[in-house]
Amino acid sequence: MNSLEEDGGMKSPHGQILNLEYIDNEEGLGQVKMPYADILVGDPDTGVPHGGVITTMLDTASGMAVKAKIEEMENMAIATLDLRIDYMQPALPGADLFAQAECYKTTKNVAFVKGVAWQSDINNPIAMSVGTFMIGTMNIPRK
Amino acid sequence: MKLLSELHEAGEGKNLSLLLSRIPYTKFLGINVRMAGSLLITELPFHEKLIGNPTLPAIHGGVLGAFLEVTAVLQILHDSSSQRLPKTIDISMDYLRSARPMDVFGRAIVTRQGRRVANVRCEIWQDDVNKPIALSHGHFLLKEDS
Repeated sequence: MNSLEEDGGMKSPHGQILNLEYIDNEEGLGQVKMPYADILVGDPDTGVPHGGVITTMLDTASGMAVKAKIEEMENMAIATLDLRIDYMQPALPGADLFAQAECYKTTKNVAFVKGVAWQSDINNPIAMSVGTFMIGTMNIPRK
Repeated sequence: MKLLSELHEAGEGKNLSLLLSRIPYTKFLGINVRMAGSLLITELPFHEKLIGNPTLPAIHGGVLGAFLEVTAVLQILHDSSSQRLPKTIDISMDYLRSARPMDVFGRAIVTRQGRRVANVRCEIWQDDVNKPIALSHGHFLLKEDS
């Protein structure tokens, strides 16, 4: 689940432990970088990062893109409704990972996002995603 | 490939717990597997490092996605005698409820197993098996591209 900037961002414990970096940009895109690390490996024979790592990056970048789009609606929380990921090719061992997402449409309740993950070349992606997010979900501590 | 072959040669080809402990990312997440009768159940014990939203708090959606994917792959390995890790072609995830800071469990069904592709559905839940927190369906490549 994605959260607001004040409790998402670098304060996400999971993002922090994976050294997930949030990249600022002027285009209203969600952009993240994941430095390659041994704990990300999903296939020890090849050193290729696990698909779950790509999922985490695309989910995070998609959430950031939605928040950038609904900036005017401060304090509005969002939640991932669905996320589909297509894996075009395995990631390369040893190389940092990048993901970028664009929120191309919002309605009153729903935001539509597409994303891409790559290593050296954005035009030669590892994976692409399509997701929808609910806007205006509860983001207060549970009882 | 080598990892699975080695496990097979050591007579541990169906020891999915051992497999999980040899994969750095599943070991990092802390994913376990157990049998409930003939049913394969995956387990993701809660840990602070899995939190994506500290306000609620809730487990990161990416972690749940990873757990769904691992659950699907383990079910394929359980149902077949494959000596290589299936490769995810695509996975589609529905998030139904935010994941509270507690253990998560998963189960999967291989809805179709072809020669090259397996079609797998998964669901994961927390304290109530009748209240899944997320679902997935995905396609997995069983054989090496040639």
